[in-house]
Amino acid sequence: MTAILELLNVSRLFRQGSVEVAALSEVSLSVARGELVAVMGPSGSGKSTLLNIAGGLDWPTSGTVFVDGTDLGGLSAAELAGLRRGSLGYVFQELNLVRSLTAAENVALPLELDGRSARESRAEAIESLRVVGMADQVDRFPDEMSGGEQQRVAIARGLVGTRRLLLADEPTGALDSAAGEEIVSLLRRRCDAGCAALLVTHEARYAGWADRVVYLRDGAVVERASVSPDDDL
Amino acid sequence: MSVRYGLLGLLRLAPAHGYQLRTDLVDVTGATWPLNIGQVYSTLQRLERDGLIEADDADPADGPERRRYRITQKGISDLDGWLAEAVPHENGPRSELVIKVAIAMSVPGTDVRSVLDAQRATTLMVLQQLTKTKRAADGKLAALAVEWMVLGAEAEIRWLDLCEAQLTKAESRGSR
Ligand SMILES: Nc1ncnc2c1ncn2[C@@H]1O[C@H](COP(=O)(O)OP(=O)(O)OP(=O)(O)O)[C@@H](O)[C@H]1O
Ligand SMILES: [Mg+2]
Repeated sequence: MTAILELLNVSRLFRQGSVEVAALSEVSLSVARGELVAVMGPSGSGKSTLLNIAGGLDWPTSGTVFVDGTDLGGLSAAELAGLRRGSLGYVFQELNLVRSLTAAENVALPLELDGRSARESRAEAIESLRVVGMADQVDRFPDEMSGGEQQRVAIARGLVGTRRLLLADEPTGALDSAAGEEIVSLLRRRCDAGCAALLVTHEARYAGWADRVVYLRDGAVVERASVSPDDDL
Repeated sequence: MSVRYGLLGLLRLAPAHGYQLRTDLVDVTGATWPLNIGQVYSTLQRLERDGLIEADDADPADGPERRRYRITQKGISDLDGWLAEAVPHENGPRSELVIKVAIAMSVPGTDVRSVLDAQRATTLMVLQQLTKTKRAADGKLAALAVEWMVLGAEAEIRWLDLCEAQLTKAESRGSR
């Protein structure tokens, strides 16, 4: 199996006033092509920190992160930006939609930033919005949408184009169970088609779609609470 | 009780033989619910005795496996009454898990988190299995039956989360 994402002994310390907080300590994790891995754990256990580091949005204090075999620590800022736009899809915990752009423009943004033509980007954006059930709202602005609709747009933006690694932080936050299931099953299908994904969720029903579940507590992986595919009932 | 009304409900749609009823009931409620043919036949016999169903011009000497049943007027009103009535809420306060965690939290020196963690992993594996079953039954009525079990497993994990939160709170009170 080819690991699309690999974290080796990753630690992340944050300074909070006079104390140092270990948001992650010595976390090792690898996600292969085709795998959907769920990350669970109590609030403050380091889930978002893990995702940010996996996506090159934050840096480990020590340890190494490989995406597609490339050590993120060895990349220049420009190289890293290129990798982020080209191979990674994000859905953030706070959705980060641009309020002055329509749904289609928001979704097309990563493609346009990657140098694709406006027409091509828009066509792909609309296709991605269709997949999340937002085909009829492509020209609406975030402020004109419900929380769940904004969430779908954020997901469409994360999935647009040919992403090899999807990183989703509570992508089902504003959705009811039925809509949430649809989104997670979408991630599942992407993985079955050869993507890799890391899904942060505190809802066990969504973790049920994953091949593996990594449970974090106080920044460390708790093996006993985690589930790997070789575990048996 | 539920087998009785399940069969009655299916016979409301069309007359059928016992083996067909068994297949259909498993179809709508999910293969996860074991139902043996003996139970189907004995239930059909009781329904017939109570006048809720009757056999098509059957030879009284024929066993239930040879009979083709149809619902009677009495059966229809019994079924309607059952459909209109809410099912009492089931709640097992004496589940082994509840007792285990309560004991773990009371006995000094117990690694409560380790108890919670082991349970979490076990129930998550059940959820993964159920999710596969649900995917396979996508769009069918049986998927709803699996969903019921998914919710049960989900509730258990949420409860474990609550237990852990309570534990963390108690510890931070203790350390202050
Ligand atoms: N920029 C920061 N500066 C200081 N501390 C931080 C920073 N970001 C995160 N932390 C701390 O690191 C720890 C992990 O935070 P993180 O956001 O990864 O948790 P989480 O598991 O995603 O929680 P939640 O479920 O609430 O989203 C927390 O104790 C948090 O306070
Ligand atoms: Mg978070």
